[in-house]
Order: sequence, then structure tokens, then C-alpha cells
Amino acid sequence: MTTDKTSKLVEIKNLDLTFNQGRSNAVHALENISFDIYEGEVFGLVGESGSGKTTLGRTILKLYQASGGQILFDGQDVTKLKGRALSDFRKDSQMIFQDPHASLNSRMKVEDIIAEGIDIHHLAKSKADRDAQVLHLLDLVGLNKDHASRYPHEFSGGQRQRIGIARALAVDPKFIIADEPISALDVSVQAQVVNLMKDLQKKHSLTYLFIAHDLSMVKYISDRIGVMHWGKLLEIGPADAVYNHPLHPYTKSLLSAIPVPDPEAERQRQAITYNPSRESDGQERSMVEVGDGHFVLATPVEAEEYRKDQK
Amino acid sequence: MMNDTILQVKDLVVDFNTYAGKVQAIRNISFDLKKGETLAIVGESGSGKSVTTKTLMGLNAENARIAEDSQLIFKGNDLSKLDAKGWQKIRGNEIAMVFQDPMTSLDPTMKIGQQIAEPILKHQNVSKAEAMEQALKLMVGVGIPEPKEHINDYPHQWSGGMRQRAVIAIALAANPDILIADEPTTALDVTIQAQILRMMKDQQAKYHSSIIFITHDLGVVAGIADRVAVMYAGKIVEYGTVDEIYFNPQHPYTWGLLDSMPTTDTKQGSLEAIPGTPPDLLYPPKGDAFANRNQFALAIDHEQQPPFFKVSDSHYAATWLLDERAPKVTPPAPILQRWQHWHDMQAQGV
Repeated sequence: MTTDKTSKLVEIKNLDLTFNQGRSNAVHALENISFDIYEGEVFGLVGESGSGKTTLGRTILKLYQASGGQILFDGQDVTKLKGRALSDFRKDSQMIFQDPHASLNSRMKVEDIIAEGIDIHHLAKSKADRDAQVLHLLDLVGLNKDHASRYPHEFSGGQRQRIGIARALAVDPKFIIADEPISALDVSVQAQVVNLMKDLQKKHSLTYLFIAHDLSMVKYISDRIGVMHWGKLLEIGPADAVYNHPLHPYTKSLLSAIPVPDPEAERQRQAITYNPSRESDGQERSMVEVGDGHFVLATPVEAEEYRKDQK
Repeated sequence: MMNDTILQVKDLVVDFNTYAGKVQAIRNISFDLKKGETLAIVGESGSGKSVTTKTLMGLNAENARIAEDSQLIFKGNDLSKLDAKGWQKIRGNEIAMVFQDPMTSLDPTMKIGQQIAEPILKHQNVSKAEAMEQALKLMVGVGIPEPKEHINDYPHQWSGGMRQRAVIAIALAANPDILIADEPTTALDVTIQAQILRMMKDQQAKYHSSIIFITHDLGVVAGIADRVAVMYAGKIVEYGTVDEIYFNPQHPYTWGLLDSMPTTDTKQGSLEAIPGTPPDLLYPPKGDAFANRNQFALAIDHEQQPPFFKVSDSHYAATWLLDERAPKVTPPAPILQRWQHWHDMQAQGV
């Protein structure tokens, strides 16, 4: 998979988000996050629950208002969008949700769920055109025309997730944020949905931000990966580099905890524990490029260690 | 000691009467559990793995019916014939359970220390103070830091991982012979999952209890199980030691499961998905339930259910491919690699 490094679709610069700012229960959810997502790539975001990965995804889509920093989408600052421009942005960026049971309106027919975006953005010339678009979308995600007039409860989890994908594709977006799209599905169905997402990405030249805690699946689908912990981005790099040569101790600990379907490897597994105290030692850290496109959050001294570590 | 059988499940059939008709959730399964071992039951939702464990705890819904000739022999008694009173002596005492979601399996209005002491008070003749003393020891055992300071906390004050430790402490409280863990780590992060699994193994070694571990995660199974049973559509389709299932799998469903789970080495575009979805158990298919999703299905698979074929003394698989009249098929490449590894292991006499 080659990515055209020249065209950045999303640029995130020094993004900050504090919930309940100025009050006693303020939570610093995102701290000085900067990274780019290139056009046509799959950027995987991993981290444990509470690390801020979902919050980051939602902030990029302007579902939360950033407290500081910039999010540039196609050169425009998302945090300042209003009116027509915001409506266009809503069409260009879509989301696929985790829970296919909660994310589909149970009182709407599948065709209306899928066409809701088409209606809002006036993308269909006539009723016939709308129906044709819905059928095409159903076909794309591996469902058929009989499914159009049914309700969500008549479908299995995997099929519902396909409906969610069809809905996201309906407005012909450039950018899709998939927030844990497969974690609610059965193992045998997870692979189906991931392969479908991968196919659609190629066919429609989509850019994905793929958020998940299943590290093996993220590695499988992503070109580049970012690792989050406690609201900070600790490490970014090409998927292979991050998995094969992790730099940050947190990444190492996270990777050492992945269970693998191999009893011999499991018997020899050494879990690495992470001591998070270094994150709150008050030292100034910034993203340093250690390998080719492989960045890690570090002080200058730590960066030197990481460089040595890599060789 | 290791070979003492503590539980024997024979011809278990469980149906549910629903408005739509009779759902055949468990369609005749048999297995045994030895003292001190961990048996993993693997399968996707609807395969019957959770119904199996609920049956072993006497916790099935009211519309469930266990067939007359099913037997659940636990220490010489048939559990399937127990009444509500009889179950109370077994449940939480001799057989205990850890549920999937630590958010919903604790009582939000009760202090955690009391919840851990509850089964001790219920099943052992001890004073409240002694029970709390034991609860404290259990909290230490499952790795809860500063248990004295936290014994009077409520569940909402704890993280998911800590709550699951508390749930496990409750299950271990009465020193059960069998611990049933139904997806105990599915709701947890990987690093926490690794800690909990290690802790469960330590506790198992200490108490010599047997564990039935239910999961759909083949990675977790590889780390914790001694033996594995793979379930599909209410039946066990293959069972064997953990090495036999991972390195010498014989059933195409087991192949599919192993293939559809990526490891961090899986190259892009090489993930094989099992097509289709599991059958509706209101109308289970006539032949092998997996036949419709199975690229290796033979004509007979659609007609007749395969019996168990013996692979080794500990390894059986229900697939017609093992019949001597069946044509030789070549499994997918990743499975061939696993077979090759098995071959090497045998050659080295492991």
C-alpha cells in the first residue's frame, strides 16, 4: 500500500480538549496532539479505554468543540466551520459506530436509514433516483434489495454493521472515522466486515481513521498507527515499524499483552509492565522522528536513547 | 490426581420454548472435566457455549428444558435432576461462576467486602467477622491493592479490571471445585486482561480447582487452556488438547476460526473470512450445521450429521473429511503451516 505523502487530508495541530473547563471537575481529555492523516490511507488509533481515542475521533468531526489547537480538513479549520461550509464538511466526513444495535434507529426502515444523509444533503434528483442509490449501496455492502424495506431488528449484528457502513457511504464521503466498528461482532463475522471496509476503501479511494482496542485487527487494516495513553499521543509510525520495533515503553507493554492464537508462544510470553510515572514528571516532551516516519513523544535525552535502542 | 474426572456431561440436550417455536440451543453434547484442568469452550454467539454453562449452574431461563436422558454427573450426583433447594447447595459453593460484565454482576448498593463475604457466610458456618477476615485474604489473593482501605468501597468507585478481580474473589470465596468463567476478560483492556488471566492461573494452582473457560478469543484460549472444545450451532465439533486444536486442527470450522483471526504478522489482504452466518436453531439443518458455510463440504454433509472421528486418544473431530471414504482435501495455507509445525513437534517428541 503506497500513500501519497504529499497530500494531507487531515492535519491536526496542537489539539487540546478539556471537559468542564474552569471547574473543579475539569478533565484534560486531549493534550497537545499533532498528527496528519494522508489521503487514501488507513490511520489506526490504538489505546486502552479512557485513553482518549474516541474523544479524539469525535473532536476531529466537530462533535466536540476543541479547547485549543487546529484541525485542518482539506486546508480548512474544522473548529471554525459554520453554516454551509460545516454542512459540506458533514457530508465529506462520516462515522461508523461501535454498537450496531444502538446506532440504527429501530423505528426506521433500512432504506430510510441509509437515505437519511441523501435527503439532508439533497443528493437525489427524484424518488426513483433515491431508491436506485439505496439499492446500489445495499449491493455494495453485500445486502440485497429485499432488505431495504425491513427494520433493523430483523438483522444480525454483522448485517447491521453493513447497514451502518452503507449509511456512511451514502453521501459519498472522503473521510470515515470507524470507532471500534467490529468489537461487537463475532470472530467469524469480524473478518468479513474488515475485508468489506478494506475493499470499499480501495474502490472509493476513502481515507479511514480506524479506532480500536483489538491491536491485531488494527495492525491488519492500517497503514500507519498512533498509540494513545492518558489523552496523549505517544507514538506514531508505519504499522510494521510500530509493531516490530516499538519505541515507547507503553507501546512495548501494550504489544506484549496481545494474546496470540499459538499455545507455544503463549507459554513463553513475557508481559512487560509499564510504569506511567514518567508521564507526569513535568518534563517538556515533543514528538521526535526517530526512524523513517516513526515518531515518539520524548525529551531530547530520551530521543537519543530511542535512537540507540532502534539500532 | 490430575486424571480424576470431576464432571461428566453426557448427551446434554437443552431446548427453549419460545413464541416462534422450539429453539434447540444444545443439540446433544458430551464432555468431561478433570480435576485441576482448564477446559476452554470456544464458539461464536448462538453456538450454545453460554447455555452450557448456565445449565451447569442451574441458571437457565424458565422456558428452558433439559432432555430426560441428559446427565450432568458431578461428584457422583446427577445435577440435571436437582430441584431449586439442591441447586442452592451447589451454586456459588461447589460450582461458582465469573460473568462477562463486571459492571452488571456486582450489586451497586452493597459494599464490595460484604459481597465477597456473602458466599462465605451462606455456605460456611462462620461468624461475620471471620467471613470479613477471609474476604480480606481473598482480596489480597486476587491482587486488589490496599484491600483494608477499600473493603468498604462500593463497586462504582472501582475500575472495570478491579471490579472483575472482586467478582473472581466472590467466585473463589467458597473454594469451589469448578470455576466457570464466561468471557471474563472480554470487557477489559488487553493489559488488564493479561493481568487477570495470570491471576486466575495462580489462584487455580493454589486451590486446585477446575476451570471451564468460555470465550470466542482464540488468543486467550491458547494462553490459558489445557484442553479445548469448539462449539458450533449447539454441538461440539472438535475437541482435543490445546496443542492438538491449534497445531493439528481437523474440522473446517476450526480452520475458519483460526484463519479469520489476524495476528500481528498477518499480511494485508490475506485474512480469510468465514462466509455467511450461523444457522437458525429454530430450524437446525439436517446434516452438518456448518455445511452451508464450508468450502470443503461434501455431499453427505448436507444429508447426515458426521459422527466423531478419533484423531488421537484425546482428540476427536466431527467432520466427514476424516472418514476413510472422503476425498483428500488440502486445507488453507496457514493451517498447513500449523500442521507442519505439529509434524515437527511430533518428530522432536514433544
